[in-house]
Amino acid sequence: MSKFKKKKGGELPAISTASLPDIVFMLLFFFMVATVMRQNTLMVQNKLPYADQVEKLDKKDLVMYIYAGKPSPRYQQSAGTEARIQLNDKFAKVSEVQQFIYAERESKREELVPYLTTALKVDVETNMGLVSDIKQELRKAEALKINYTTRTGEVSKN
Amino acid sequence: MAKRSAPEVNAGSMADIAFLLLIFFLVTTTIETDRGISRKLPPIQDENVEPPVIKQKNIFTVIVNRNNDLLVEDELMQLKDLRKAAMDFLDNGAGTGDDACTYCQGAKDPTSSDNPEKAIISLVNDRKTEYRTYISVQNELVAAYNMLRNREARRMYGKDFTEMEGNLNDPNFKGNKAQLEERVNTIKEMYPQKLSEAEPKG
Repeated sequence: MSKFKKKKGGELPAISTASLPDIVFMLLFFFMVATVMRQNTLMVQNKLPYADQVEKLDKKDLVMYIYAGKPSPRYQQSAGTEARIQLNDKFAKVSEVQQFIYAERESKREELVPYLTTALKVDVETNMGLVSDIKQELRKAEALKINYTTRTGEVSKN
Repeated sequence: MAKRSAPEVNAGSMADIAFLLLIFFLVTTTIETDRGISRKLPPIQDENVEPPVIKQKNIFTVIVNRNNDLLVEDELMQLKDLRKAAMDFLDNGAGTGDDACTYCQGAKDPTSSDNPEKAIISLVNDRKTEYRTYISVQNELVAAYNMLRNREARRMYGKDFTEMEGNLNDPNFKGNKAQLEERVNTIKEMYPQKLSEAEPKG
């Protein structure tokens, strides 16, 4: 008549997984907050060059992206193999850059407009002719702050 | 008869649902921010304005041709030597009297620039130049400016210029921002970034 009977066996108790949902939810919220959805589907090849004198481009909502490069293989049928400009989700002509800048400005709050930066994401194999044309259009649209987006690394890797 | 209590909702699949969402957000996340070389484009000028006269010795011409070769002051140069050459030019300080440069440590070669304020780097591309070469050249020239600015900032304030500028642009920086801005501007005036780009040829 032992009152203090030993609990049966020395087997290990199962690890409680009751807190697993909590942990997962915590991770989930972190990633939900940190997520920035990719705005544009890339239609051009976009291998960025390397540079080491780089500055961070914070505040993603104040950046306008202009992509340029050869069309990706699946678009080469329709768009050819010459380097093209991509604005938002479609190929564009050089003359449409100004329009794009004005439209972007229109969508931002007025006091933020002077801080807008144009990020040029240009493929390494593009000729400077196209880049210069874009720059000329940006000057006409008075979007003078630009940033050549690069990967961080030694120039010799280019 | 015993009262029937409401059955408990089975929460066993909660973890599965949460995992599903977690994986979705994991896949769509891009945490890293973009980095790149920031530049300012010159505004479009009136055609009528006469360009100022600049002495030939104060201009450092860098030409990149259609074969991605580098021509610096009419001589072929390797990319790795460009940074040194640009620094030598900017830091030359051959001027005398009003044009004298008190902080320059260069060779004071009379055929090179008078002082950093007058020194202009002129970059000319061909339309067929590859973008990768262009960025490499830009990077080296910006590096030349940054190294000289860092040198002066370290001498005067014991801190790197790039670090000071980074702090200035950081909204979370705790410290004397007004003083920092003044210092940054002082350094910028000592070595102003005068990098002119001509319209490409060809």
